[in-house]
Amino acid sequence: MDVLQIGQGELIGWHDPDEQRAWIAAHKSRALQDKRTTVREAVARYVTDGALIACGGFGHIRVSMAAIYEIVRQRKRNLTFCGKTAVHDSDILIAAGCVNRIEVAYAFGHELRGLSPASRRAVEGGRCRVVAEISNAGYQWRFLAAAMGLPFIPTRVMLGTDTLAHSSARVVEDPFSGKPVALLPACYPDVVLMHVHRADRYGNCQIDGIAIEDFELARAARRLIVTTEEIVDEDVIREHPQRTVIPYYLVDAVIEVPHGAHPTLMPDLYYFDETHIGEWLRLSKTEEGVIEYLDRYVYPIKSFAEYLKLIGGREQLEYLRQVEHLEAPLRAPWLEEKR
Amino acid sequence: MNQDYNPTELLACVAAGLLADGKSVFVGTGLPMIAAMLAQRTHAPNLLIIFEAGGIGPQVPVLPISVGDSRTFYRAVDASSMHEVMSAGQAGYVDYGFLGAAQIDSYGNLNTTVIGDWDRPQVRLPGSGGANDIGSFCWRTIIVMRQDERRFVEQLDFLTTPGYLDGPGARERAGLPANSGPYRIITQLGVYGFDEQSRRMTLLATHPGVTADEAQANTGFDLIIPDEVGTTEPPSPQMRRIMREIDPTGMVIGK
Repeated sequence: MDVLQIGQGELIGWHDPDEQRAWIAAHKSRALQDKRTTVREAVARYVTDGALIACGGFGHIRVSMAAIYEIVRQRKRNLTFCGKTAVHDSDILIAAGCVNRIEVAYAFGHELRGLSPASRRAVEGGRCRVVAEISNAGYQWRFLAAAMGLPFIPTRVMLGTDTLAHSSARVVEDPFSGKPVALLPACYPDVVLMHVHRADRYGNCQIDGIAIEDFELARAARRLIVTTEEIVDEDVIREHPQRTVIPYYLVDAVIEVPHGAHPTLMPDLYYFDETHIGEWLRLSKTEEGVIEYLDRYVYPIKSFAEYLKLIGGREQLEYLRQVEHLEAPLRAPWLEEKR
Repeated sequence: MNQDYNPTELLACVAAGLLADGKSVFVGTGLPMIAAMLAQRTHAPNLLIIFEAGGIGPQVPVLPISVGDSRTFYRAVDASSMHEVMSAGQAGYVDYGFLGAAQIDSYGNLNTTVIGDWDRPQVRLPGSGGANDIGSFCWRTIIVMRQDERRFVEQLDFLTTPGYLDGPGARERAGLPANSGPYRIITQLGVYGFDEQSRRMTLLATHPGVTADEAQANTGFDLIIPDEVGTTEPPSPQMRRIMREIDPTGMVIGK
C-alpha cells in the first residue's frame, strides 16, 4: 500500500494492538465486582500526571463535571486532553493549569455563547499547546478503531486539507478502489470520565437520549471512571439488557453523583445552567477571575452536594429541570446581551 | 431603501429557499436551524433534519443552543450517535450541510482553525469540529458567513474544510466523495455559486440595494460576475411571521 501523505500532528494515545491486548489481559478484570468508590479516590488512583484524558458527552452535554472539578482540586498537571468537541471541561482544566496539551477537533469555544477567554489566552500565550488537529467524525472513528482493537480505520474525512496535514492520520491508496483514503490511528485515552443516567454497582451503564460517541469512547478507554445520576439494582439492568450502552468489564470506578454533570445538560433531567456558564465566561476573562471562580466553586468544596448549594441549591435545580422539560423559559446572560 | 425586515431574516429566507423537499440536511445551531425549520414550515415539509451529535428527524420545539441539546432529538425518529450520522453522511445519505467560517477562498475552502501561523496563532479559533466532515461528505454544502476583504481572501491562513481545493477535479483526486462540494455562499451582500469550468466563486445574486461592485469591493480575490446578476427576494410578511414563531426570543434573528 503506497503511503501518499503523512500527517505531521503528534500521534497521541496510540498503542500497538497486541500491546493493548496484553494491557487489557493484565489490567481489566472480567469479574463482576462492586466498583463503587468516591470521585476523590477514583481520580487519585487513575488520573496520573501526564495522562491522556477524554470526557464522554459532547460540548456542554452530559459531561462528568464532578470528575473535572476533582481533577482541578487534586491539582493534576501536564495532562493531555482529547478535544473532541471539548468545551466547558477543557476550558476549566486548561484555565486551572491541569491540561497543557490538546488534540483539537473543537475546543476554545462555547458554541453560540462565544469563544473561551481562558483557554484562548492559554493557547495564544503558549501555556497550552495544540499537538494535532482532527475533525469530530475523525476523533470518534479513532475511538472506534481502538474499540475494535484495530491499529487504524480507513475513512474519507480530512482529505486535501491542512486539518489532515496537522493530524496524525496518513493517506494511502485504497487497494480496492485505487482512490486515496485517510487512515485514522486508534486512540486509547489513559483515562475517560463519563457521566451516565444510571449504572449498577458493577458498572453496567444506561444512557438516555443520544449516546454521541460514548459507545466508542468507553471501549477505547484504558481506565473508565463513571459518575452516574443514580446507582440502581442489578435487576434494573437485567430487565432491559438492550439498554446497556457500557457493560461492566469496561468500567473501573462507578460513583453516584446526582446532578454530577452540572452546569452541562443531562438529557431529560436538567438543562444547561446558563447563569453558571455565564458566570464562568465573565470571570474567566481575567486570570484573577479564574482564581476567583476556582476559589469559590472548586478548591474548598468538600462534596458535590456542597457545590450544588452554592450554585443555587434546590430552587435552581428545579428550575433547570423545568427548562429541560419545556416548562420554564430559558434565562441566559449571553442571550440578554444579544437582545 | 425601505426595508422592514432585518438582515438575518433575509439570510435565513434565502438559505431556506435552497433546501428542497424530501432531502436531508446537517444543521448546526443558529441561522441554519432557523433556515431548516422555515423550509419545513413552508415549501419543504419533508426535509429531514440531522444533527451531528446523533439527533435524526426531530420535531424541534424551541431553538436548541447546542447541536447536542435535548431539543435536537425531541420527538425525533432516532436519538442515535455521531457514528450513526457521520456514517450516513459518508455513505451518501446527507444532501445539504450548513457551515460558517472565519475565512473563505475563491474555491470555497474554509478556515475555522487559526488566524496567523498554526504554531504561533494570532487568534486561535475552535478548529474543524464537524465542519470538515460536513464539507467532505454532504452532496451540497451551503456556507453562511459575513463578507468583507479580511474574510473573503485569496489565501487562507489554514485550510480547515475542503471546498473545491485548487480547482476542478481536485476533490476527487484527493479522495473525497465524487460530485460533492460547496454549492452556495450566502452573505450580507448576496448569494454566490461556483463556475462549472473553473470552480471559482461566482456572484449569482445581490440582496436588494446591493450592487455587484460592492460585492467585489468586499472580496479579496476576483469574483466571476456574469452579465446577468439576480436580486434576492425579500422575506414576505408570512415568512417573517413564521421566523418569529421559530425564534420568539430573538436568540438568532435579533430584534
